[in-house]
Amino acid sequence: MNRRDSIRSLFLGSMAGGLMLESCVSESKETLEQKLWEYQYGRTPEEQAYDEKLLGQQFFRNNEIEKIKRLANLILPPTEEKLGNLDFPPTAGGNIEEAKVPEFIEFMAKDIPSIQTQMRGGLMWLDIHTRKTYNKDFLDCSEDEQHQVLDQIAYPDPKASEQKMEVGFFTLMRNLVMTGYFTSEVGINELGYKGNQPNVWDGVPDEVLKAHGMSYDESWIPKFVDQSKRNDIAQWDEEGNLIS
Amino acid sequence: MQIIENQKQYDVVIVGSGAGGGMATKILANAGLKVAVVEAGPFFDPANPQQQTQLKWPYESPRRGAGTKRAFGEFDMAYGGWEIDGEPYNQIGNSKFDWFRSRMLGGRTNHWGRISLRFGPRDFKGKDRDGLGENWPIGYEDIRPYYDKVDKLIGVFGSKENLYNEPDGYFLPAPKPRLHELYYKKGAEKSGVKVIPSRLSILTKRINSDRGICFYCNQCSRSCSVYADFSAGSCLIFPAQKAGGQVDLYVNSMVREVEVNEEGKATGVLFINKEDRKEYRIKGKVVVLAASACSTARILLNSKSAQHPNGLGNSSNLVGKYLHDSTGSDRMAFVPELMNRKRYNEDGVGGMHLYSPWWLDNKKLDFPRGYHIEVWGGLGMPSYGTGFNPNDLNKYLGLKVGGYGNQLREDVKKFYGSVMGMSGRGESIAREDNYCEIDPTTVDEFGIPVLRFNYSWSDHERKQARHMHNTFEEIIENMGGVVLGNKPGADRDYGLLNPGRIIHEVGTTRMGSDPKKSVVNEFEQLHDAANVFIVDAGPFVSQADKNPTWTIMALSWRTSEFIIQELKKQNI
Repeated sequence: MNRRDSIRSLFLGSMAGGLMLESCVSESKETLEQKLWEYQYGRTPEEQAYDEKLLGQQFFRNNEIEKIKRLANLILPPTEEKLGNLDFPPTAGGNIEEAKVPEFIEFMAKDIPSIQTQMRGGLMWLDIHTRKTYNKDFLDCSEDEQHQVLDQIAYPDPKASEQKMEVGFFTLMRNLVMTGYFTSEVGINELGYKGNQPNVWDGVPDEVLKAHGMSYDESWIPKFVDQSKRNDIAQWDEEGNLIS
Repeated sequence: MQIIENQKQYDVVIVGSGAGGGMATKILANAGLKVAVVEAGPFFDPANPQQQTQLKWPYESPRRGAGTKRAFGEFDMAYGGWEIDGEPYNQIGNSKFDWFRSRMLGGRTNHWGRISLRFGPRDFKGKDRDGLGENWPIGYEDIRPYYDKVDKLIGVFGSKENLYNEPDGYFLPAPKPRLHELYYKKGAEKSGVKVIPSRLSILTKRINSDRGICFYCNQCSRSCSVYADFSAGSCLIFPAQKAGGQVDLYVNSMVREVEVNEEGKATGVLFINKEDRKEYRIKGKVVVLAASACSTARILLNSKSAQHPNGLGNSSNLVGKYLHDSTGSDRMAFVPELMNRKRYNEDGVGGMHLYSPWWLDNKKLDFPRGYHIEVWGGLGMPSYGTGFNPNDLNKYLGLKVGGYGNQLREDVKKFYGSVMGMSGRGESIAREDNYCEIDPTTVDEFGIPVLRFNYSWSDHERKQARHMHNTFEEIIENMGGVVLGNKPGADRDYGLLNPGRIIHEVGTTRMGSDPKKSVVNEFEQLHDAANVFIVDAGPFVSQADKNPTWTIMALSWRTSEFIIQELKKQNI
C-alpha cells in the first residue's frame, strides 16, 4: 500500500459509521467511496456530511441523465481539432464527459432543489415536443432534428418581458453545461487561465501593456515591490520610509 | 440543568477571537496574564491541510465553488454567513438588516478583504463638520501610535501619499496594478478621481521569521496557509501561544451572558458547549467582549441581573442603538478593448492593487460624508457561474445572443477578462433609531434569546449612492467601457445594498464621556461595570468610509494596555 492509498483507507475507515446509503441510492459502495475520496477540499464535518448525503442520492432517472448528456453534447460538441483562433496559444477543447458535466448537473440538482422541477419538466417537454413533431422521443431524433428543436429554444427574445418555459429551461441547462465545462480541468485549460499556483507578480507583461497603450506611471515606480528584496525583513526609518 | 464550574480563575476572559479578541489575547497574554478565549466556532488554523481551501481547483468540489453552503462560495474561509442553521434573527417592520457571522477561531478575519485603512483626523470629528451624528471622545493623535504598532506587527502594504485624512503608516511596498486597474486609473483620473495603491494587510515583503511572504494566488479570502495575510488566529493568537503566553482556547462555546457579583462587577461568563449542550461557568477578573458589534450587544442585553436589570452596561438604554453599516453599491462595466486578451497569470494579491480614497469636499455636495471606490476584474480563476450567459455581451457588438455549439466556447474565451466592476463603500450616519434588540419571542438552538433588527437608510445614504453611480458611469465612459445594467433609481434606493451586506456593522455600544449618551468610555470600558471592556466595533461612534478592522485592532491594543495598567493599580 503506498502512502496515498493508506491515507485513503484511513480516511474512509474513519467514516465507516457515517456512510449511510440512502434508500434511493444507485451507487455501489465502492463508487460512492471513490466519489467521496475525490472531493477533499477543506470541508467542515457538517458540510462533509451534507456532501456525502447528496453524493449518495440520485435525482435524475437514467433516461433523464441520457438526455442531459445529449443536450450537453449539443451545447458543447466534442472538438477534434485544436481550437483557438485568438491571441493565445490554441489548446485542445475537452469534451463533456472529460469535464464530468453530467455528474456536476446531477449534483447541482440536489444541491439547489429549487431547480429540480424546471429541469425535470424541461426534459419532459423535449419528449412531448418531439413526439408531436417527429413522432418519437428526443433521444431517438436525428442530430438534425435535435438541432431543429434547439433552434426554437436556444435564442431568448431580448425584447420579451418573459421567456417561454422551454426557453428558460434551455438557458438554465446551457448555463449549467457551460459553467460545468469551464470549471473542469479541461475547460480551465482551454480557457487559458494561468494562475492558482505560487508565483511572483511583477506587473502586466510589457508586450501586453504596449498592446493596450498602457504604462506604469514613473511617479508610481518607487511605490512598488522590489521583488529581489522580498525576503529581506522590513525595516523603516522614523518617518515610516522603508529602508530594507 | 447543572452548571459545570471551571475551577481555574483567569485574569481575563475574552469572548470572541476575531480582530479585536485576537489583539487583546496577544497583548494581554504577552503581559503575562492568564487568558481564556471563548469562541463560538471550531478551532481553525489556515495551515491545517484538513481545513485548507487555498490552491484548490473548482473541480475538486462536486459543486465547483457554488455558494450553497458558504455565502461567498464554498472555498471562502468563513464558517457561517448571513444565515446560520439554528441561529436565527428577526426584523422589525420592513427592516432588512443582513447579519453576517463567522463561527470559527479568527472569526471573519479569515476571509475578509484585508483592506486596512486608518481613520483620519476628520473621521473622529464628523459632527464638527456637518452637525450630524456624534464626535468621538478621542482623536487621531490618541490612536495614531497604536496604528503605527499594528502596521509593524501585522504588516500592511501601501504607499506614502501625504493625504490629510488618509494618514500614511509603516507600509510594505505595493504590488503593481493589473491591466483592468490601469484602465480604471486612466478613466478615474480623467474625472479628477484620486487613485492610489491599495492598503491591504498582505505581506509583499517578509516581516518576521514566523510568517511567509505572499505568493500571489489571489486567495486571501481562503485564509493563507503560509500566514502571508492577516488572520487573527495565525497572526495574533498562535504567536501569543508560541511566545509562552497562558492562553486557553474554549472553542465551540457559545457565550450566553456575563455574570456579575453583588457590586455589579463581572465575575466571568456562562457559555453553552455546542458539543455536549451543557452549560459552563468560567471565571475571570476582567471580561473582554469581542464577539462582534451585534453579538456583544446581544450578550450584554441577555445579561440581566438585580444589579443591571436593563442588561449589563445598559443604564443608558443605548446598547444595540446607533447600529450602522457602510453604505455600498456596485456597478459593472464591459470593456471591449479587454476582449480577446492575451493570457498570463494575473492573480496578484487577494484584492485590488489600487483604489480611490474619498476625494471630494462635501460642502459642494448634497450629502454628508464620503465613500471610497474598490475595483475588481481580471483573468481570475473560473468558479461556479463562469460561463453563465456565455455571450450576453454580444448584444453590445451587434451579434447574436444565445445559441449552442462550439461558437459558445469561442464566446467565453473572447469575453474572459473583459468585465470589471467598481464598488463604492461609504460612511452612513449613525442614528439612535437604527438598532438591534432582544426578541422575546425567539431563541436560538442553544436556548439563547436572539436579536431583531430595526434599520432604515435615510436620504444621506441614498444621495451618496446616487453620487456613486454617477461617478461609476462617468469613469466607465472615460475608460471606453460600456456600463452594464440599468442605473438604479429612487425606487431601488439608488442601488444601496441592504444594511449589513458590507459586513462593517458598528456602533452598538458606542464610546463617549457622558454615561447617559454612551455605553463605554474612551478606553472601551463599560460605564456601568469597570471590569468589562468591549474591543470589537461596538464602541465606534462613527465608521468613516474606512473598513473597520485596523481601527478595531488599534483600539483593542490601546484598551489592552489600559487593562494591564488598571490591573497593576488594582483599580479593577
